[in-house]
Amino acid sequence: MQDKRQISLNVNGKEYSGEIETRVHLADFLRVNLGLTGTHLGCEHGVCGACTVWVDGQAVRACLMLAVQANGCDILTIEGLADGEVLHPLQKAFQENHALQCGFCTSGMIMSLAAYIRDNPGASERDIRTAISGNLCRCTGYQPIVAAGLQAAQEMSGTK
Amino acid sequence: MKPAPFTYHDPVTIDELNGLVGSLEDVKLLAGGQSLVPMLNMRYAQPDHVIDLNTVSGLDGIADNGEIITVGAMTRQAALMNNETVKQKIPVVCEALYWVGHFQTRTRGTIGGSLCHLDPAAELPAIALLYDAALTLSGPEGSRNVPMADWPVAYMMPNMTENEFLKEITFSPWQVDHSHAFVEFSRRHGDFAIVAAGCLLAIDNGMVERAAIVIAGANQVPYRLTEAEQDIIGQPASKETFKAAAEVARRQEAMSDAYVNAEYRQRLAGVMTERALSKAMERNSARD
Repeated sequence: MQDKRQISLNVNGKEYSGEIETRVHLADFLRVNLGLTGTHLGCEHGVCGACTVWVDGQAVRACLMLAVQANGCDILTIEGLADGEVLHPLQKAFQENHALQCGFCTSGMIMSLAAYIRDNPGASERDIRTAISGNLCRCTGYQPIVAAGLQAAQEMSGTK
Repeated sequence: MKPAPFTYHDPVTIDELNGLVGSLEDVKLLAGGQSLVPMLNMRYAQPDHVIDLNTVSGLDGIADNGEIITVGAMTRQAALMNNETVKQKIPVVCEALYWVGHFQTRTRGTIGGSLCHLDPAAELPAIALLYDAALTLSGPEGSRNVPMADWPVAYMMPNMTENEFLKEITFSPWQVDHSHAFVEFSRRHGDFAIVAAGCLLAIDNGMVERAAIVIAGANQVPYRLTEAEQDIIGQPASKETFKAAAEVARRQEAMSDAYVNAEYRQRLAGVMTERALSKAMERNSARD
């Protein structure tokens, strides 16, 4: 039995229409159907945060939403965050602070922090730590990620 | 692709929803999905039908008539947390929501989903209990109201039938001047609480005039600490009074699981009760 639906959505500025099985979650849809493998899947039950993307501008877990529910939505993934060749301030800060090692958590970290910093300009170190409390990293010990988050927060709020 | 096959339904009106819940069998209602989708992904839940409540109009929103605040079941946790009425009139809801998952799950998670999932450690059922909130259920047979005290029937089992859905929740903010607190203990922020405690506290001339205390995480369902509430009314709002309330919390039955035994939860229930009451008292003093 295959329950299918026609959906149309916008991913990183590009329109997509197609038929999908209704039980496919958004993260698998992005990775398998669209080939956007920058969105990672760790736990698939909402704990690790690796699959975080933006749906209509809000950070969500792409593994906890069915792709059919994204019908008509604007999705932004890590592949669409930079402005052409110009990195998002957070991507630049991650690079400068060596805020990644294996890179598995990185897209989720960045999509989470980018939304958080946008909505909370002037975020403190504690705020940054709370914001990524739902994103697991097993390499860095978090220190450089927090440093990158703070640097980007200061840059984006114009205090640096 | 992880969930087992199901048939997906996306009703637009409450009438359509009534028709579906009244006619289909082996159904799961999909609210924010922050608990159900993990269960689908892991195939703990393998329903024949999933009815998406996100497409139904008229199930979300926050209305205040001056005495009662009505919250639609599909109101997102983030919307609740950022609502001015909620912040002003029932601020303990916002304080508790800070502990609900993470900001990335509160964007999808709903108040109704949390109430129906009824995890023993969940914050929102505890808050609904703290306010003696009323839940409005709807279905093809009509509507009925369930007081929050009668909502948890057993572990993760709400007082609703397969032909019903949760429509809205009504909160009656205390009209008397009062303060509040919600505290929680978990190993990492965003983890399920091992034990959480919330309270509302009205203090007049240094004496406790009215009190409500709720505990989550300690046992199979959240509960009000009614004995302690009665004990502290008329007593001075002091550390000694709150210690006595904590003793009552410590004596309540608690559950054990693979990580935490009952004795530890009982001890924590006492500590959290005292902390919540002390925090509320400090807030009250700071305001005077």
